[in-house]
Amino acid sequence: MLTKRIIPCLDIKNGRTVKGVNFVDLRDAGDPVELAEIYANEGADELVFLDITATEQRRKTLAELVMHVAEKVNIPFTVGGGISSVEDVEILLNSGADKVSINSSAVKNPQLINDLAAKFGSQCVVVAIDAKQINGEWMVHLVGGKVPTDIKLFDWAKEVEQRGAGEILFTSMDHDGTKNGFANKALAYLSELVNIPIIASGGAGNMQHFTDTFIEGKADAALAASVFHFKEIEIIDLKNELKRNNIPVRL
Amino acid sequence: MKIVIINYGAGNIQSIKFAIQRLGYEAVLSHDEEEIRNADKVIFPGVGEASSAMEMLKATGLDKVIPTLKQPVLGICLGMQLMCRYCEEGDTKGLGIFDCDVLKFDATEKVPQIGWNQIENLKSAIFEGINEKEYMYLVHSYYVSLNNEAIATTQYGITYASALQEKNFYGVQFHPEKSSKAGAKILENFLKLEVQY
Repeated sequence: MLTKRIIPCLDIKNGRTVKGVNFVDLRDAGDPVELAEIYANEGADELVFLDITATEQRRKTLAELVMHVAEKVNIPFTVGGGISSVEDVEILLNSGADKVSINSSAVKNPQLINDLAAKFGSQCVVVAIDAKQINGEWMVHLVGGKVPTDIKLFDWAKEVEQRGAGEILFTSMDHDGTKNGFANKALAYLSELVNIPIIASGGAGNMQHFTDTFIEGKADAALAASVFHFKEIEIIDLKNELKRNNIPVRL
Repeated sequence: MKIVIINYGAGNIQSIKFAIQRLGYEAVLSHDEEEIRNADKVIFPGVGEASSAMEMLKATGLDKVIPTLKQPVLGICLGMQLMCRYCEEGDTKGLGIFDCDVLKFDATEKVPQIGWNQIENLKSAIFEGINEKEYMYLVHSYYVSLNNEAIATTQYGITYASALQEKNFYGVQFHPEKSSKAGAKILENFLKLEVQY
């Protein structure tokens, strides 16, 4: 049986791991390669590296990091952050990334999704969508949730699927950093709307939140950062708890 | 031991090279016929879309070479699919090493299948020391239906062949290079095969 995935997310700046609380304040949480190895050994199913470096060397630094991760880590990983061209993706995949995640660049240039799916296959194209509710309507936001758009979340999700995305990573900006649980209603709707896997992100605070997002939110995978980085939740404990709740997990 | 990973432009080759390195071996990336023929073990990777991968294979002339290899050959993911007779993806004629076709999953389940699923009914030396129902990492939209070359099966809506063997040719739908310790063990078993065909 296909299992539900637990995905620690590592925010990267200049080759180091950081975690944004509500994406604004950053705290240092260590060396990404070492942390990645630890997570792989502890039973993480996948990893996501989100690069927030803004310098000109970012492309080279990130490719080097990807190569180091691929060398050491024996589980799949996705790289995202600032990817805006087929060439960017080619460099990352050739360095050893399994998937890439695109966000703002897909909104600005939706054809990029088609181009990536055609060249590298849908299986490595994750479209990340940040959204928050405005007057009761889920709206897509850009630049880490800071810039609103007039695009509706569910319309955009359907479009990215049609354009060839292999997976959707949905972050609720209303829940991110709150530790009050995932946006399960929106997640469940998304999961019924499209026929590609949905990764839930934003709001993990305790183990019950993961159970809830897999059952109520119908998510295929759940992503979190600080609860793992600061050892508030151990992955092995989480997986045992999910198993007790009859959720299929890899143990 | 000389290990060659066939490099024809399709696939996450670095990951396989690194996985072999972690086992204490070195692998060479090559599309040179002589180098491939002289290898002890050949790995045939593949990620992406079937018809364009097949075009790249033809451009290097390797579509003629691979079916005639005599040493153990391991096709991974799309590599395995291209070793079959026919792939529905891109209406692609395969290498015909395995006598089966590759079909698209029905939309009763989410497509692509992405994640860790179990392999069972294990029947091959490459699964030595691997438990029934071990988890492997899979990412695919197309599958090989059950047939008598199946050496492992997996369930995703239907039960399909997640590994194949025909003489010296092995194929796995999952990614051993990305499947933690159990995946590494399967890769190691393949590299240690000493059978004569």
